[in-house]
Amino acid sequence: MRITCPFCGERELGEFTYLGDAKPARPAVDAGEDAVFDYVYLRDNVAGAMSEHWYHGGGCRAWLKVTRNTLTHEISVVEPAAGVGAAKVGA
Amino acid sequence: MKYSIFSLARAALSGHKNWQRTWRDATPKDRYDVVVIGGGGHGLATAWFLASEFGIKNVAVLEKGWIGSGNAGRNTTIIRSNYGLPGNTGFYELSMKLWERMEQDLNYNTMVSQRGVINLYHSDAQRDAYARRGNTMRINGIDAELLDLAAVKKMMPFLNFDNARFPVQGGLLQRRGGTARHDAVVWGYAHAASALGVDIIQNCEVTGFSRDANGKVTGVETTRGKIGAGKVGMAVAGSSSRVAAMAGLRLPIESHVLQAFVSEAIKPLLPGVMTFGAGHFYVSQSDKGGLVFGGDIDGYNSYAQRGNLPVMEDVCEGGMALMPMIGRVRLLRQWGGIMDMSMDGSPIIDKSPVDGLYLNAGWCYGGFKATPGSGLVFAHLLARDTLHKEAEKFRLDRFRRGAMIDEKGQGAQPNLH
Repeated sequence: MRITCPFCGERELGEFTYLGDAKPARPAVDAGEDAVFDYVYLRDNVAGAMSEHWYHGGGCRAWLKVTRNTLTHEISVVEPAAGVGAAKVGA
Repeated sequence: MKYSIFSLARAALSGHKNWQRTWRDATPKDRYDVVVIGGGGHGLATAWFLASEFGIKNVAVLEKGWIGSGNAGRNTTIIRSNYGLPGNTGFYELSMKLWERMEQDLNYNTMVSQRGVINLYHSDAQRDAYARRGNTMRINGIDAELLDLAAVKKMMPFLNFDNARFPVQGGLLQRRGGTARHDAVVWGYAHAASALGVDIIQNCEVTGFSRDANGKVTGVETTRGKIGAGKVGMAVAGSSSRVAAMAGLRLPIESHVLQAFVSEAIKPLLPGVMTFGAGHFYVSQSDKGGLVFGGDIDGYNSYAQRGNLPVMEDVCEGGMALMPMIGRVRLLRQWGGIMDMSMDGSPIIDKSPVDGLYLNAGWCYGGFKATPGSGLVFAHLLARDTLHKEAEKFRLDRFRRGAMIDEKGQGAQPNLH
């Protein structure tokens, strides 16, 4: 598995650290216990194309949003995760 | 058929041409009292305990491929009960005791070999942590010995004791731990369960659940037709989320890939199972002579049953740190299996929120050693609708209650457990 970082180009997997599914979003402070439980513990555990967060610690140290198929490890999209890095490249 | 020295002698005298199939490959009936999804070690053990302990013999085990084709045939065959947290300690010792009598129980040679499991420590702090774990085990009636450097040197003189960065200082030894032949465990449970009337149905993938007006599960839809069931138990570690999703459930589980490795055969070297305390590396030697070893999961969600090179490098570096002389030994095979990584690193055994559907899931990468214990407590749950006392802490709602069993202390980050 190699990931083509939008900032650094194609790099080997060892440079990256995995966080997980990019879908869960931190609920609002007053969203209630169920929403927090869902966010912290429950996962879709997708079998197929999944959007996920990777950190390029061995390179530009940017957070990336990678669309990867969990059945085949095929990577279809790599883009900067929302935040400062994305703002710099206008993504 | 019943296996004994006499059956072996009889078969030998007739040139081993008259062995019979050890279990029955069944075709599905219309209805069973209990349907167990998953023909791995846990599913087959569950069926056997249902029939032998709880008198429920109208049972089917459904397997989408062939029995033992998933994680039951992909693990590194280690058995042990050296866990430190309430919930785990008692459960794994229950399982260890069942390993010790498994061959007599099943009338099958599962090659249980109590050759010992030693966890090496490399610092004062790690020694203290292992001493604490050993004490926890002994308080609970489990054998544990803290070995100093001299004792480890005597036991395994071939280790690299000159490692300046991670010096071996000693180890925590469980002599009753060891290995078992994983395929034989599958065949042994299939043999014994089949003899009691359990139907083992292969190439039968569950594609959905039949539900009544109240939402209760009344059976399963499969690639071999509909099968009715009084109760349905899931023992499909690696695919738990996918099967549960067919019943509309989301689980606190992620599927991750774990790799295992075996080297070419070498002369007898390792006395038992050994783990490296300064990295993640565990190894034993098979009876054929190959070094069987593994380490961390790859760390990303996967259903692919194959891993990547960075973890392979990391695992081999762990091996080289302990045993530099294996550097010229060639790797023979490498493979991956899909782990049910739960949010606290411990299993889930409970009724699901859907009536009639029962969960046996979340075994992370420790499911093999749990096989007999898992079978017993899951059969107990299916038969009596209450949790066995050694499984009471494995409930699904423990995440909501904050009653996690987090042996590694990593929190809700499955790829770190």
